[in-house]
Order: sequence, then structure tokens, then C-alpha cells
Amino acid sequence: MKIVVNGETRDVRAPDLAALLAELDYPPELVATAVNESFVRARERAGRVLTDGDRVEILTPRQGG
Amino acid sequence: MSQANMNDPLRFYGVEMKSRLLVGTAQYPSPAILGEALAASRAEIVTVSLRREAGGGRAGESFWGLVRSLGLRVLPNTAGCRTVKEAVATAQMARELFGTNWIKLEVVGEEDLLAPDVFGLVEAARILCDEGFDVFPYTTDDLVVADKLLDAGCKVLMPWGAPIGSGRGLNNLFALRAMRAHFPDIPLVIDAGLGAPSQAAHAFELGYDAVLLNTAIARAGDPVAMARAFAAACEAGRTAFLAQPMEPRDMAAPSTPVLGRAFS
Repeated sequence: MKIVVNGETRDVRAPDLAALLAELDYPPELVATAVNESFVRARERAGRVLTDGDRVEILTPRQGG
Repeated sequence: MSQANMNDPLRFYGVEMKSRLLVGTAQYPSPAILGEALAASRAEIVTVSLRREAGGGRAGESFWGLVRSLGLRVLPNTAGCRTVKEAVATAQMARELFGTNWIKLEVVGEEDLLAPDVFGLVEAARILCDEGFDVFPYTTDDLVVADKLLDAGCKVLMPWGAPIGSGRGLNNLFALRAMRAHFPDIPLVIDAGLGAPSQAAHAFELGYDAVLLNTAIARAGDPVAMARAFAAACEAGRTAFLAQPMEPRDMAAPSTPVLGRAFS
């Protein structure tokens, strides 16, 4: 399945968002997620099924002004 | 801590702050200098952001560990968001990750000046206030927009002094004075555009409650010394405001007594 992760097209096997974080080696408690520009809470990631073409954002704390 | 600061607290959404200087965390030469500069600024609130992390990467973890070790309150931003949907989703992600309802709401409408899209800003502010966020809107000095932000539920306003990163100071004194006069009881923060400590002092002399800046400290030749200078300027400006500065006059008035002058 091809999805877009942080702007980059990836071929992944993960059926849902929680599995995607594990497949791509993200610590789940240290990231925030969105799919198709909509926030997905940490506790809802396992229930967020991914489909071909989904756009996923995986963000972490960073410097800001 | 000076007497002036201890007796003159500032409240954002019911939280009492002693420092009136809010500082950004970006563009510093190193994490060590960031930490030293934040300490020198005596800021209690720092702005942070969310950015994409590569799989297996730990940049966010490292930065977040540093900020947490400083024990400061964080104000996450939605910097770079161009639409209401992006800004709302970013705020929701920030709330979960940083564990705070506070959000510095930015919706950028124009690239050259990074000018706020005030229409999107009001719309996003309404959505976020309804969801229980404490919204700090980065806005212009337009009073109509400011009124609409308050209607949306904002209890703080953050007008720009000048465009982000420009260092131009207070661009429109007339509008900023009018805003202060029109909203005497709303905490007003000059956010963005300050380049020198004298400009921060000026903001306080106009009656502004706080200032938020990043580039002026981070990009100074010596960020730690500049942070100290801004802290001193903020305190000087606030103390001057409370001391009620004299009104300017068009003509000279002798300060030395005229009575008793020789040769008169």
C-alpha cells in the first residue's frame, strides 16, 4: 500500500496508524499524528485504518518562535 | 527578582506570571546557548513548535528533554500553517504532545511579510476556543479583527510590532496606542518584529503587558548577553509605564530654577 508519510511516498504494510508508527520506528508516546490533515489522538491510532493514498503527518516537539 | 516584578503580576488565562518577556526557542547557535539565554532572559514562558520527524529520528525527544529540564511553561505555536484546517490540526496535536491548552495561533496569509490571515485566524480561534483551548492569537493591529478575536473567546491579543524576524520594532505607533486604549483590560502582547531592547522598553511604555521575541536574542552576536539586555529593558519599560511618564511638550521648559539666576 502506498501512503504519503511526512510528504514522502512510502510503500508500507501497516494496516493502521499505530502499526505504521511501529513499522517506521517511531516512539508512539513522543509523536503527534494526523491523517489527511485531521488530528488522530494517540488512543485512536490503532482504530485508524490506513488506505492507499492517505497522507500521514508524524510530528515531534521542535524549536519555535 | 525585583520589587516591581513581584508586585505587578501578569495573568494569562488565570495563570499568574512574574516575567513579562516571552521568548522563542529557535535559531540559537547551540542547545547550550539556548539554555543559557533562556535563563538570562528570566522568561517563564517559551514558544515551541511541532515539526516532521524522520522514522528512527530522535531530534524532537532531545529538544523536548532540554525544554522540560528548564522547568518553563511552554506556549506551542502553529507557525507556518496556511489554512484553518492546518492550524486547528496542529493545535490539537500540540495539546496532546505538550500537555497544555495554550496555543499561539498563527495562520499565515501572505509570504513576503508573513502577515496573519486575519479571516482564517478568527475562524480558527473560534473553533479552538470552543474546544477548550486558551488561544494566544498572533494578529495585526486592526481593532475590528481584535474585537472579533475576543468575540471568538480569546482572552489575550498578540499584535505584531513588525513582520516576524524583521527587527523593525513598533511599526505603527498610532495603531498600537489605539489598541491599548481600546482594550484597557485585555492582556496585550507585542509579538514579533522587535529587534532591540529599546523597542521592547517602548512597548511597555505604551502600556503593553508583555513582549514575545525570538530572533532578536537568538541571532545576536552574544545571545546570552542580549537576553539579559532584553530582560532589563522589559523591566525598565514596565517600571516607567507604572511611574507615569511625563507628556511631551512642543517648547522647552527650563529644568533649573529661573528664580535666583545671576545677571537677571
